[in-house]
Amino acid sequence: MEPLLRVERLTTVFDLPGGALPAVNDVTFEIQPGETLGLVGESGSGKSVTALSIMRLVQPPGRVAGGRIVFKGQDLLTLDERRMREVRGAGISLIFQEPMTALNPVFSVGDQVAEALIVHGRVSRREARAAVIELLRAVRMPNPESRIADYPHQLSGGQRQRVMIAIALACRPSLVIADEPTTALDVTIQAQILDLLRDMKSQFNLALLLITHDLGVVAEIADRVAVMYAGRIVETGPVRAIFRHPQHPYTRGLLASIPGGAPGQRLKAIDGAVPLLNALPPGCAFNPRCPDRFEPCTTEPPPDYAVGPDQTAKCYLHSPQVGADRRVRPGADPAVGADPSVGADTSVGPYPS
Amino acid sequence: MSLVEVEHLVKHFGRDTGLFRGGTRVAAVDDVSFSIDQGETFGLVGESGSGKTTTGRCMLRLIEPTSGAVRFRGENVLEFSRSRLRRARRDMQIVFQDPYSSLNPRMRARKIVEEPLVIHELGSRAERRDRVAELFRLVGLSPAHLDRFPHEFSGGQRQRIGLARALALNPSFVILDEPVSALDVSIQAQVVNLLMDLQRQLTLTYLFIAHDLRLVEHICTRVAVMYLGRIVEIGPAASLFAAPQHPYTRALLSAIPVPDPDASRQRIVLDPASINRNAVLKEIAAGHFAAV
Repeated sequence: MEPLLRVERLTTVFDLPGGALPAVNDVTFEIQPGETLGLVGESGSGKSVTALSIMRLVQPPGRVAGGRIVFKGQDLLTLDERRMREVRGAGISLIFQEPMTALNPVFSVGDQVAEALIVHGRVSRREARAAVIELLRAVRMPNPESRIADYPHQLSGGQRQRVMIAIALACRPSLVIADEPTTALDVTIQAQILDLLRDMKSQFNLALLLITHDLGVVAEIADRVAVMYAGRIVETGPVRAIFRHPQHPYTRGLLASIPGGAPGQRLKAIDGAVPLLNALPPGCAFNPRCPDRFEPCTTEPPPDYAVGPDQTAKCYLHSPQVGADRRVRPGADPAVGADPSVGADTSVGPYPS
Repeated sequence: MSLVEVEHLVKHFGRDTGLFRGGTRVAAVDDVSFSIDQGETFGLVGESGSGKTTTGRCMLRLIEPTSGAVRFRGENVLEFSRSRLRRARRDMQIVFQDPYSSLNPRMRARKIVEEPLVIHELGSRAERRDRVAELFRLVGLSPAHLDRFPHEFSGGQRQRIGLARALALNPSFVILDEPVSALDVSIQAQVVNLLMDLQRQLTLTYLFIAHDLRLVEHICTRVAVMYLGRIVEIGPAASLFAAPQHPYTRALLSAIPVPDPDASRQRIVLDPASINRNAVLKEIAAGHFAAV
């Protein structure tokens, strides 16, 4: 099947005085029509820059330095700005993390939903009101007829995120990119918004690229998962495989650090901290924190190795030259048994903005 | 034995009456009572606006409560004079949520950690210097970084600085207000482990304010659930998480995303009508109370 979106060897750099920093480094993935891909990573891993790159919204000093972004057979990086504007909203739309800052405080929410429809020529100004009410009803906004006159500050966080989703769905895109859509919300509201996204997906036959740091959210909603670390996708696979048989030590470490097990026990933390982009270690960027590190890890960044059906990991443990005994550590526990109180957080320095 | 007892704590936030409008009043904390035993980690959970942070701040009188009592080692903190309160605060400290805004960006880490010692006039200059280096090591920071500014540290390290500052005066009680929620996933576990290690090492008593229920279940001995300014359920963590009784607690627990794609998800949606605002806390199991 032809994928809806294929991101191929995407590299996005930030040109800073010290040189070009690769925020997204040789990233390749696909999304099928109707599929949900969970893009997981910590702050600075490059997941949001990946989203902005797809929408061609990266601002200088950032720029897409290489690769292809093929959406419905068309390389978005070759489109002129006018054609790209048609793709944004009508082909791919974006939901941001913070609904308070993403909405314009001086326009009513009705105007903001209508703007999307009118700009794309979907409805005339006269028809807009009815269309907006219908959209707000679709995202289960209570009393949409009266709510369209409200301003963002009059809505709760969850209602604002419903408005954002209504705007994102206004022009019937086939792909929605949601960047941490529930991170700013309370857990009960988060549950409602996740349910809504799930419903909208089946109702509108949407594909969803869900960017999050929360593995619980990924388990709830994703079909496939890509794990990012320091600008690269280090592991990708079907959601069940990633949670049941993680193959990259970083994925294993993330899953193991989730609180659980016997109360009061120490958590299985990953040692150290995420490296800065201007101070990436040679070889695999995870190697200083990796409990499985061995000789090749510190020389060349590892390529993708197939580790299961539709599952790949960038880790030399899975190189055909490496014996199977090395892949399974004693106890077969995916834990990373490092002592975090010793030598933790060793990388310091100002963060590149 | 109880180290801290909160009794009928109330905090109203209000706007004064104006010429053309009556005053409005919000009960952010509405008749909250609980006690914390020596050496325990007491969890205070709830969503934004539930009053959990206000409760914590009222206990240290960072916000003056409207009424009620906060007894620390049997004495009512709310009746303390200014100087008595200052002395009491040596023993009760707080770590704030946001390690980015809670450290003065113009002060070196050394100064930030030393400041409580200076304010309380403890030790000579040389003794303070030694104590700061000791605190740095205690929280897992390298003393080589003492002269750095906050922006030169990562989020996890900044939270360690906040913790070192809180521990400078050797307190026995520390309020942890969402201490890890601003941190990255892989760093959260490090800081949680540090908190548990320090508690054992220094015999600390914690009030742990959080919305991450998985974490609360893991590290707290007892838990209180706040909803709209009131405690609706309180009890031993094991009992409360295994058999939640209040409709809000049930909805809250069912909303936690489970990091397991095969977990059965039965979401309980809260029906506000099912909550009886006048219900009082009743004991439903040993030490486990719910307002149902």
